[in-house]
Amino acid sequence: MQHITQNITAEEQMFRLFQENLDTLKGQEPESISRLRQKAAENFHKNGFPHEKTENWRFTSLDPLFQSEYHHDFTNQSRPFDIEKIFTCDVYDLDTFSVTLLNGWFVYKNAPLTRLSNGTIIGGLSKAMEVYPDLVEKYMGQAANLEQPGLAALNTAFFQDGLFIYVPRDVELEKPIQLINIVDSENPLMIHPRHLVVQEKNSKLTLVHCDHSLTHNVSFSNSLSETFLDEHAILDFYKIQNKGPNSAVINNAFFRQKHQSKLTSHSLILNGGFTKNMITATLEDPQTSAVLNGLSLVDSNQHADNQLLVDHVAPNCQSEQLYKGILDDEATAVFSGKIMVRKDAQKTLAYQNNKNILLTDDARANAQPQLEIYADDVKCSHGATVGQLDPEAMFYLRSRGLSERTARQMLMYAFAGEVVQRISIEPLRERIDHMVEKRLKGELTICDQCVLHCNSKEPTVFNIDASKL
Amino acid sequence: MAEEKNNEILDELTQSEYKYGFYTDIEMDQAPKGLTEDTIRFISAKKKEPEFMLEFRLKAFRHWKTLKEPKWAHVHYPPIDFQDIIYYSAPRKKPKYESLDQVDPELLETFDKLGIPLGEQKKLAGVAVDAVMDSVSVGTTFQKTLEEKGIIFCSFSEALQKHPELVKKHIGTVVPYTDNFYAALNSAVFSDGSFCYIPKGVRCPLELSTYFRINAANTGQFERTLIVAEEGSYVSYMEGCTAPMRDENQLHAAIVEIISKKDAEVKYATVQNWWPGDKKGKGGVYNFVTKRGLCEGENAKISWTQVETGSAITWKYPSVILMGDNSVGEFYSVAVTNNMQQADTGTKMIHLGKNTKSTIISKGISAGLSNNSYRGLVKTTRRAENARNFSQCDSLLLGDRCGAHTFPYVEVGNKSSIVEHEATTSKISEDQLFYCLQRGIDMEGAIGLIVNGYAKEVLSKLPMEFAVEAQKLLSISLEGSVG
Repeated sequence: MQHITQNITAEEQMFRLFQENLDTLKGQEPESISRLRQKAAENFHKNGFPHEKTENWRFTSLDPLFQSEYHHDFTNQSRPFDIEKIFTCDVYDLDTFSVTLLNGWFVYKNAPLTRLSNGTIIGGLSKAMEVYPDLVEKYMGQAANLEQPGLAALNTAFFQDGLFIYVPRDVELEKPIQLINIVDSENPLMIHPRHLVVQEKNSKLTLVHCDHSLTHNVSFSNSLSETFLDEHAILDFYKIQNKGPNSAVINNAFFRQKHQSKLTSHSLILNGGFTKNMITATLEDPQTSAVLNGLSLVDSNQHADNQLLVDHVAPNCQSEQLYKGILDDEATAVFSGKIMVRKDAQKTLAYQNNKNILLTDDARANAQPQLEIYADDVKCSHGATVGQLDPEAMFYLRSRGLSERTARQMLMYAFAGEVVQRISIEPLRERIDHMVEKRLKGELTICDQCVLHCNSKEPTVFNIDASKL
Repeated sequence: MAEEKNNEILDELTQSEYKYGFYTDIEMDQAPKGLTEDTIRFISAKKKEPEFMLEFRLKAFRHWKTLKEPKWAHVHYPPIDFQDIIYYSAPRKKPKYESLDQVDPELLETFDKLGIPLGEQKKLAGVAVDAVMDSVSVGTTFQKTLEEKGIIFCSFSEALQKHPELVKKHIGTVVPYTDNFYAALNSAVFSDGSFCYIPKGVRCPLELSTYFRINAANTGQFERTLIVAEEGSYVSYMEGCTAPMRDENQLHAAIVEIISKKDAEVKYATVQNWWPGDKKGKGGVYNFVTKRGLCEGENAKISWTQVETGSAITWKYPSVILMGDNSVGEFYSVAVTNNMQQADTGTKMIHLGKNTKSTIISKGISAGLSNNSYRGLVKTTRRAENARNFSQCDSLLLGDRCGAHTFPYVEVGNKSSIVEHEATTSKISEDQLFYCLQRGIDMEGAIGLIVNGYAKEVLSKLPMEFAVEAQKLLSISLEGSVG
C-alpha cells in the first residue's frame, strides 16, 4: 500500500502517484487503454479537482476529504475472504446473480470471469481486458467525459478493476445482477472502481448496485461506470447506498442510448457521509427514453449531491427525472439537474422534478433544475420545491385521530413512497419500502445488512426525529 | 401550408428593420478615448463634483483594474476594448432653460420621433420627465409639483450639487463598487443619471419617468440611478429606452440602486428597446446592467417590472435584498429575443428577514437565431423564517433555431420557508393557433394574440402609459414573425 506525502497540491500528489505506479496500473491492459489512461492523467493534471468555483460543485466541497492521508491498494492486497461469511444481502427473497467488489477489486470464488450459456459475460474488468481486449477497447472511455475538471479523468487514470458485463443480442437476463461494493480497510483508503456494461440489441438487464462499508474508517471511493445500450435494449438500474458516516462516495455514471433503448435508473441514498452521484444519459437516437428517479434520506452532517444531465441529441425522445429528499439535522442536499435539448431534437418530452423537505433549520437544500433548449417543438418543464409537510394533509390525519408523530411519519413515508413505488422488482421494492420505513423511524443502521458484527463499535443509529418536524 | 405561411411570417419579422434607428447631429463635448485616472478626474472636474465623489470614483477604478471580465453568462461576444471607449460626452449647448421653447429644436425633434411627449401632454398624462440624452439631463419638468411635496427628482449631477449629503449617504450602499466588474466600471466613470428621493410619509402623486437614449457613436453610456424611499413613502418610477441605429457595439453598463425603508414601496418599471443589431448580429447595444433594491425596513416593498426587447446582449438581474421583516420583493419580466440577440436575465431574491415574500414571473420569448436565458437565485438564510417564494419561468420558442434556457438556483437554509420554482418550455400551441385561425383571425394576428396573452401577466403590472407602449413594442418586435 502506498502513502501520499503532504505539502504539495492534491493534484500534484495524484499525478506523481500516477507516474510512480504507472506500470502496476497498466497491468495486462491493451495498448489503447494505456494511452487513454495517460491522456486522462494529463487532463487531470491540467484541470485538477473540481473546486467551489466549478459550476456543478459550488455546494459540494472536496476539501474535507483531503484531510485524510489515503492509502492506495494498487496490487490487490485486500485479504481475500468468503464474502458470504461477512456479508449477506438483506433482500432475502431476491434471487440474484451476485458479484462483489472488495476495496475496488473483483472478488471471485471460482473464476474471475463467467460466461453464461446464453453468451452473457459477467466478471472482473481487469480480467476482461485480458480475455476480451477487443470488446473492452471498443467501449472503454467512449461515454465518459474526460475533458472537464473532475473525477472522471482521475478514475480513468487510476482504475484497475471493477465490474464488466456483456449481454449479447436478444438475451434477456431474468435474474438481476447484483453488485455489492464493499470497502473494508483499517486505513483510510482511496479506490477507483470502474464498471463497463455493454448491452447488445434487444437485450434486457436489471442491475442492482449496492454500496456498503463494513468499517467506520475513512474511505474515498471514486467510481465510474459506462453503460452502452444498443437498439431496443432495456436496462433497469438501481443504486443503493447505505454507507458509514466517514465514507465518501463519488459515482459517475454515463449512459449512451441507441434507438428505442430504455433506461430506468433509481438512486437511493439511505445513509452516507458524503455522496455525490452524477448521471449523464445521452439519448443519441430517436425514440429512446430515460427515467431517472432518486431518493435521499440524510441526517446528522451527511451530504447528498445528485447531479444529472439528460442530453437529448435525437428527436422524439422522452426523459423524466424525479428526485426527492428528506433532510434532518445539519444534513445538506444538492440537486442539479439539466435537460439539454440539442438543435434537432424536436418533439422532445422532458420533465424534471425535485422536491425537498427540510426538518430542521440547520439542514440545507440547494436546487438547480436547469433547462437548456435549442429546439422549438418540445415540451419541457421542470419544478423544484423546498418546504415542509402539507399542513392540510397533516390536519386531515390529525382530525382522524392520529398522533402527530404517526401522522408525520405517514406523510414522510408517502412523500418517499412516490419514488419507492417506481421500483419494478417486487421483492426489492418491498425491501426498500421496509428500509425506508425503518429509516424514517430511525431504526435503520448501516450495520443492518452486515453479519460481521464488528466488535469495535456500537452500531450507529441515525434518527429522523419526528418531534422536530 | 400553415408552416409555409408561418415561415413567411417569420421571415418578415426577422427582416423587419429597427423602427427607431436615426441619429441626431448635435455637437458633443467629449472626453478623449480610453480610461485612466485622468479620464476620471476629467469627468469629475467637468461635472464640478464634490471631493467625496472623485474619491469614490478613483477607489472604484483602482478596484476595477484588479478585476477580470466575468465570463459565466450564457452569452457570446467579441472581447471589449475598454480603452477604445469614450467615457464622457455631453451636449455642448447646455443653457438652463425656463421653458421647452428654448431647448435645441433638434433635440426636441429627436424626442418627437421617439414619441416622447415632453410637453404639455405629459402634464395631462400626469408624468414628469427627466430626459437624459447622452448622459446629461436636458429638460426637467414638473419640478414644482414635486417640490411642493418635498420630493427630489433630478439628474444625478444636479443632486450632487444640491444634495451631496443625501447622495453620499446612499450611493454604493446597495451596489458597492466592489460588487462586480461592470459595477466597478460604472462607479468609476458614470456620467449622469437620475436621483430620486421621496421623504417620509409622502406618496408621490406622479409616475416618475426618465427616457434614456444613447446618441453619440462610440460612447459608452454609464448612467447611475439612485432611488431612496423614506419611511412610509411610495413612488412609481418608469424608465424607457430606444437607441439610434449605429454599426459599432455600444457598451451600456448602468447601475440602479433602490432603497426602500420601513413601510415604503417602490415600483420600478422599464421598457428596454435599444438597438439589437441587424439580423446578421452586426452592431447592437451591450446592456450589462446591475440593478438591485434593498428592502431595508419592515414591510418595505420593491417591485421590478421589465419588458426587454432590445439590445444585442442583455445581461442583467434586477434583484431584491429582503432585509426587513415582512418585506416583499417582486419581479415581472418579459424578454423577447430575435435574430442574433442574446439575453441572460433574471433576478435574485435574497431573503434575510422573517416572513419575507417574493414572487418571480418571467416570460421568455425567443425567435430567429436568438438565445434567451432565465437565470435566477432564490436564497433564504437561516434567519429568514417563514420566507415564501414562488417562481414561474416560462419560455416560448418561435422557430427551430433559437434557444431558451432556464438556470434557477434555489438555496434554502431553514425549515419554515417554502420555495417553489416551476418552468415550462414549449412552442405556440397548435390547438390555440388552430382555434384562432378557424375563427377567421389571420396567422399573424393569431400569433400576436397568443403572445400578448402569454405575456399579459407581466404587462398588466406596468403603469398604464407603459403598458400600451409595451404591447406595441411586443408586436413590433415580433411583427410578422410570429406575432
